Amino acid sequence: MSKVEFNKETGPREVFCGLTSIVWLHRRMPDAFFLVVGSRTCAHLIQSAAGVMIFAEPRFGTAILEEKDLAGLADAHEELDRVINDLIARRPEIKTLFLVGSCPSEVIKLDLATVAEKLNKRFLGQVRFVNYSGSGIETTFTQGEDGALKALIPLMESSNDEKLLLVGTLANNVEDRFKKIFRNLGISNIESFPPRQSTELPKIGKNTKVLLTQPYLSETIRDLKHCGCEIISAPFPLGIEGSTKWFLAAAKAFKISELKVHEIISPLINRAKLALESHKEILKGKRLFLLPESQLEISLARFLHNECEMDLIEVGTPYLNKDLMKEEINLLPDNTKIVEGQHVEKQLDRVRESNPDLVVCGMGLANPLEAEGISTKWSIEMVFSPIHGIDQAADLAGLFSKPLKRNQILTSKTLVRH
Amino acid sequence: MELTLWTYEGPPHVGAMRIASSMKDIHYVLHAPQGDTYADLLFTMIERRGQRPPVTYTTFQARDLGGDTAELVKKNIKEAVERFKPKTLLVGESCTAELIQDQPGALAKGMGFDMPIVNLELPAYSKKENWGASETFYQLTRTLLKEKVSSSDKINPLRWRELGRRPKVNILGPSLLGFRCRDDVIEIQRILSEQGIDTNVVAPLGASPDDIERLIDAEINICLYQEIAEASCEWLKRNFGMEYTNTIPIGIKNTIEFINEVHEKLDLPLTNKEELENKSKLPWYSKSVDSNYLTGKRVFIFGDGTHAIAAAKIAKEELGFEVVGLGTYSREMARQVRATAKDLNVEALITNNYLEVEDAMKKASPELVLGTQMERHSAKRLGIPCSVISTPMHVQDVPARYSPQMGWEGANVIFDDWVHPLMMGLEEHLIDMFKHDFEFVDGHQSHLGHTATNKNNILNSDEKKEKNSKERIIWTESGRAELTKVPFFVRGKVKTNTEKYAILRGIPEISDETLYDAKAYFS
Repeated sequence: MSKVEFNKETGPREVFCGLTSIVWLHRRMPDAFFLVVGSRTCAHLIQSAAGVMIFAEPRFGTAILEEKDLAGLADAHEELDRVINDLIARRPEIKTLFLVGSCPSEVIKLDLATVAEKLNKRFLGQVRFVNYSGSGIETTFTQGEDGALKALIPLMESSNDEKLLLVGTLANNVEDRFKKIFRNLGISNIESFPPRQSTELPKIGKNTKVLLTQPYLSETIRDLKHCGCEIISAPFPLGIEGSTKWFLAAAKAFKISELKVHEIISPLINRAKLALESHKEILKGKRLFLLPESQLEISLARFLHNECEMDLIEVGTPYLNKDLMKEEINLLPDNTKIVEGQHVEKQLDRVRESNPDLVVCGMGLANPLEAEGISTKWSIEMVFSPIHGIDQAADLAGLFSKPLKRNQILTSKTLVRH
Repeated sequence: MELTLWTYEGPPHVGAMRIASSMKDIHYVLHAPQGDTYADLLFTMIERRGQRPPVTYTTFQARDLGGDTAELVKKNIKEAVERFKPKTLLVGESCTAELIQDQPGALAKGMGFDMPIVNLELPAYSKKENWGASETFYQLTRTLLKEKVSSSDKINPLRWRELGRRPKVNILGPSLLGFRCRDDVIEIQRILSEQGIDTNVVAPLGASPDDIERLIDAEINICLYQEIAEASCEWLKRNFGMEYTNTIPIGIKNTIEFINEVHEKLDLPLTNKEELENKSKLPWYSKSVDSNYLTGKRVFIFGDGTHAIAAAKIAKEELGFEVVGLGTYSREMARQVRATAKDLNVEALITNNYLEVEDAMKKASPELVLGTQMERHSAKRLGIPCSVISTPMHVQDVPARYSPQMGWEGANVIFDDWVHPLMMGLEEHLIDMFKHDFEFVDGHQSHLGHTATNKNNILNSDEKKEKNSKERIIWTESGRAELTKVPFFVRGKVKTNTEKYAILRGIPEISDETLYDAKAYFS
């Protein structure tokens, strides 16, 4: 492991909770519905994060707890039953219903597992019920996906077929690209988890080789391991370097020669390097500060330093699983400062003191930092944009070069903030 | 338990945040778990604020619940006071903290600070955002002024005469995330000033705790948004005898009525009554023959109480529309909305469920919808023109230009904003009528964000050349498949670029790889 400096910080945080991951999960599995059992705050959070008004009826909603539900748990269970019956009657196309726990439902100890179990019996063959928690007292942002996937594992049938299982939500076009490249490498049996239809869960077993596409799936990976799957250790497929090592690790697990991998991906690498050039010109030598949010921060730091030649001031992450991240951490430059957790005020003090060229942060902080003259890139875009793989390396760099480029165009330095 | 897919109002603590963020020298310590900070983006993204809301979130986690969350509250209060040095501290809790009953307000009061502390108890499981804003503003006003209650005589609204100065009023209610509040304040201050009336304090928007303590220097209060300010106005009336206005100055008639009411309350003679109707272009624009086609247009109205009631009056009396539906999500104003609806012979719709609103809209078959951003979407699905008149706030509702709803300029804005979508509707109708004429092409839409796909048959010679070479290029199945995965809004550009690249390189067949080669080449 390189000489990376690890720090921990506690205090007030400025991050999303796990409920936010519903925003991309429901798009990945269009036959599923996500029902948050929570408060008006939960409903307001998701609609604010997702801008949901474009949907006639979104495939997620909140069963809002009211005063009378708090009076007795028995009543709350009955009420939840009623809400779910109404929902299923209204939306007969739903195949899987995720019951998503929230801060209030966890605090009043609403037992969603038992509720799901009962409902599974009642709606057998029609709708499947799964529960997990996206509460802010337990999860941060992307950890919501970890919870959702972990909840699906017990439903996966077993199979001893040799296969490559890509784990973590990817944009559909990126997923297709990856599958094509793996097929060209000679791996024919490739599946994805989560699948595109909630009912088409991959079968798993001792010949399943799991390759993570996202770095925030600690619990999922632990459970897949328990089911006998082999976990391929690799950095994450962000940027050329990460993607190349990721393909190589998969190939090694399938006993495919390195030579073959290079033969297939060299043309991709060459054109990606070409495409990356113009972004690198802007990013080179610029100083970067990453605030914690998506757990993608370490991989992004590695890409932006190693391939775009940015200097790293501080790499924040809401949560750090050193074991899962070891391949990534090994690729970081010496003396990289990683900070797990957050004290948002102290961290912002460090941002101001270090005078960075670019800060990666959440939406609540971006405009206030811009008003102080600090360029920002909002981190939520990383989980909504196709950024994985060699072919997307330039697009990924573009997310960071664009704000800097824009700053050069807009030369007014005396903006009055509103 | 209530199934909610989308909600018009946030939780009550977001209302408290609206008050805190609107003001200066105030800090709000909110006992809340991780994730509740999402509310910051309402201010920094929707309102494009260059400052963070003055809120410290205690950010308790599951592991804290077994231990001492009260200590965590105190630690955060202490840090926030040291760092931000507020003149007044608000302390409260969000939905989850309400369940663990740490009493953060009481804790704060026991910490020995000498600044005023407002303990906010906002029941998250029964109340909503506007109520929370109103209660916060009321509690704040009460806390900062209660000591002056006994020592002050009742305020005589006529005292400005004896004092030998112009009458002074407070403008209460405007806040962040309120519909066009920023500009309404400017408009109302301008109108009052023209009438010889000075503004003492505008609150909460832009006010500090010191300003709240100065409220009683004014003769009367202008209650600009009942949702936010009525409780405070009522308390000031009860304790200081300060009269407040009931008329909301939206529309010409209401603005004139409002000016009248202010003059009566101050016993100030109104000498320019005849001029007032000509201050806005709305009456003449509405009278001009061009507006004849507006007569009897069926209009469906839904929004917060203040704006929905005002819209109904303008629609009927100032534009000659027929109101075919009226409703609100503001339960606190249900009574007034029902009364207005009764006058218009329609049944009021009081609901927080947008699907019910959409159903009612469908049944009323209006020609124009005046609603929130959600009704704009519903109306779009039904193919009905819509203008937005009320919160919940959307980034589009914070325009760069001066765009009030109140007063003379507000009436101008309303005329344009309501009538233009209808004219577009008319255009739509004409297009439908003439769609078989050769000038028109299927899919031509005048608005709703579509660009005309009207392709002219006459290409210039360069385009022809390019067209010829393009025709020789073949898209393979893999190429076409890859192209369909490109988001629709850039697909055209990707297609053109890839073809350009193929021509340049002499590639006869475009595969998925060509597409990526081209992408890399042009990036």
